[in-house]
Amino acid sequence: MTSERRYFDEMLLSSDDVRAPYAEYQKWFANEDPTRLSKKSKEAEAFFRRTGITFNVYGQAAAQERLIPFDLIPRIIANREWTRLSKGIEQRVSAINAFLHDIYHRQEILRAGVVPVELISRNEAFLPQMIGVTPPGNVYTHIVGTDIVRTGEDDFFVLEDNARTPSGVSYMLENRETMLQMFPELFSQIKVQPVSDYPKNLGRSLAACPPDHCSGKPTVAILTPGIHNSAYFEHSFLADQMGVELVEGHDLRVVDGHIAMRTTEGYKVIDVLYRRVDDDYLDPLNFNPESMLGVPGIMDVYRAGNITIANAPGTGIADDKAIYSYMPDIVEFYTGEKAILKNVQTWRCSEPDSLAYVLDHLAELVVKEVHGSGGYGMLVGPAASQKELASFAAKLRKNPSNYIAQPTLSLSTVPIFAKKGLAPRHVDLRPFVLVSPKGINITPGGLTRVALKAGSLVVNSSQGGGTKDTWVLED
Amino acid sequence: MLGKTAGGLYWMFRFLERSENTARLVEAGFRIALTRSKDPASEWKSVVTTAGVRNSYDAKYDSYLAANVVDFLLRDTTNPSSVISAIGQARTNARMVRTALTTEVWEAVNESWMGLKETLKKPVRETELPAILGEIRRHNALVRGAMQGTMLRNDIYDFTRIGMVLERADNTARIIDVKYYTLLPTASFVGSALDNVQWETILRSVSAHRSFRWLNGDEMTPAAVAEFLILDSRFPRSLSFCSRILEENLSYLAKDYGIRMPCHDLIDAQRDRLRQQTISTIFDEGLHEFITTFIRDNNAIGRQIEEDYRFIG
Repeated sequence: MTSERRYFDEMLLSSDDVRAPYAEYQKWFANEDPTRLSKKSKEAEAFFRRTGITFNVYGQAAAQERLIPFDLIPRIIANREWTRLSKGIEQRVSAINAFLHDIYHRQEILRAGVVPVELISRNEAFLPQMIGVTPPGNVYTHIVGTDIVRTGEDDFFVLEDNARTPSGVSYMLENRETMLQMFPELFSQIKVQPVSDYPKNLGRSLAACPPDHCSGKPTVAILTPGIHNSAYFEHSFLADQMGVELVEGHDLRVVDGHIAMRTTEGYKVIDVLYRRVDDDYLDPLNFNPESMLGVPGIMDVYRAGNITIANAPGTGIADDKAIYSYMPDIVEFYTGEKAILKNVQTWRCSEPDSLAYVLDHLAELVVKEVHGSGGYGMLVGPAASQKELASFAAKLRKNPSNYIAQPTLSLSTVPIFAKKGLAPRHVDLRPFVLVSPKGINITPGGLTRVALKAGSLVVNSSQGGGTKDTWVLED
Repeated sequence: MLGKTAGGLYWMFRFLERSENTARLVEAGFRIALTRSKDPASEWKSVVTTAGVRNSYDAKYDSYLAANVVDFLLRDTTNPSSVISAIGQARTNARMVRTALTTEVWEAVNESWMGLKETLKKPVRETELPAILGEIRRHNALVRGAMQGTMLRNDIYDFTRIGMVLERADNTARIIDVKYYTLLPTASFVGSALDNVQWETILRSVSAHRSFRWLNGDEMTPAAVAEFLILDSRFPRSLSFCSRILEENLSYLAKDYGIRMPCHDLIDAQRDRLRQQTISTIFDEGLHEFITTFIRDNNAIGRQIEEDYRFIG
């Protein structure tokens, strides 16, 4: 072999040849005038601003609303690839729900010794308040956003399971909407599976898990921390699309053993609450007493079976990064099958041997906080300076069980439309999964996040990442 | 509808109305100071007073220079009634109640905020003022047009109208209150140049100089001006008009929700008072007292609506 590519590029085989899923797109792209595309790209940005598709960045001035940069080159997934991926996701998500039920009831998996007891008993994501509670419909994770990365033709890995309150689905929908408006001709030439049913499916999925007392059509509402939350746009977008109320903690109170919202005509009972507030903030009486975002007493209403909370409290134990390393075993334990999707090799720093290895190889590894998210508090070894490595090593030694480490993955790249033409950038994928007693629904595609900086492996929007429309081709 | 949403809609339109009223005051002040007044400072001072920001202005400046007043009223973010603050508040409320608004209305508000934030980034030079005031007016007109053309006529619409006319009535009443002495027959030097300037300022502050002339010809008497602003329900900024729209939308709510609330009694009482009055009985009772009472009642109705429809918990 004369030249070796370090990364797997999903589109380009060489400078003038593309992989099969991109063949049709390439024909169109080759005939496009780059200046027209630049103009379109600016139009898209203006559209996002006008529509207010922005997110707030924590730690910046309150008025700061930023756009997530949108790249107009789609990420294209072949039908065959998607079929396998979605099977793997479905398997994993079913296992997660079975695991959650088990862990809050008989704990068979601990008795079987598949997952060590102390990993649960000493885990702050484990909610004792959920022991013995069976959520309506026995669904724990109504909404999941499984983060997937790819390193080669057939190499897909699950990076995170995101079983709490995954965000980003509004970008998936708006990205497609934008592409449809900018390049309608593409969609008549290339058959792309639609994503626009997501809000309808979400509404149905939530309504399929009503609490026992509810006989008619359940009243659904979305609970948001408020307009300053980074994902507020998404909360209001989904409420709007589903035609349900967008409530905040101060709109709600316990009335006669139910959760009710203050309306212009008095208090009205809510049956299903899609909360976008973390467990910790959900109920100041049962959890963090400082929280102004939640509803005092909602956990008691929940435990009494008078409201459905989606996702159920306590699901964080399933996407905990220390639990993650056991996920292949968990899948096998509950489904009796081998996990279809691979896990990334993970060193649990709580184990002395692993810690020693991690400290020795810090410059090659990615180290994450067990409960962290959003790319905060993580170390990307190859990109870190000597000083950063040293200070992180100190943190690791001080509190090893707070960290896990993984090899730096060779994330696949997809080109972005840059000033000087196509430029490869690393991507990941977050498909959105809906779980109801009737089954599991996965929207074809999902949100592709892309690191806009050349060489960067961090795709989080809070760290300068962008997004792409994600296409799953029809057969 | 959530009580909070009703409150958000109400305040969104109060603030939009406020931004437009502030711009209109600046416009009137600018014109009069430029063309008619021998004492521009006192003209600007009364603009600041009418805008209800006299105290905060005086805390910041010690004279009434046109540039300072214009800056304070248009782009000072420490002044909660400035155009930029009011638009910002309107937009924050719109974000909060976004699910209740059509895309057109939301985009009109959002664009107005984006546009004016850009326009008002730098101090406004005198030569640009007319164009900028025009831009503020156009943005508001777009929001109103989007409302008219795209919103369902339901409780959502009612709360926006209620917010709008309550703010508007308060504004018109305050304009009369600040200048009431120039409208008193006893104090007037009828037909003198000075009075004409004062009356014209009043009319321009509510964009009524043309409609007044259209209805009354050149017959500009204090009684005619006062009557027009208070009792003429054809004029969309008169107290009578605002009161009528308020009653109308509150009665829709009563019908929609199938229940009358205490605010309905308050608005009925106000309507009755306005209907029974003529301009001469108002002058007999005292214009100042009449206006002060109106402002108080108007505020009381606003507070009652907030309570009746559970804007806050």
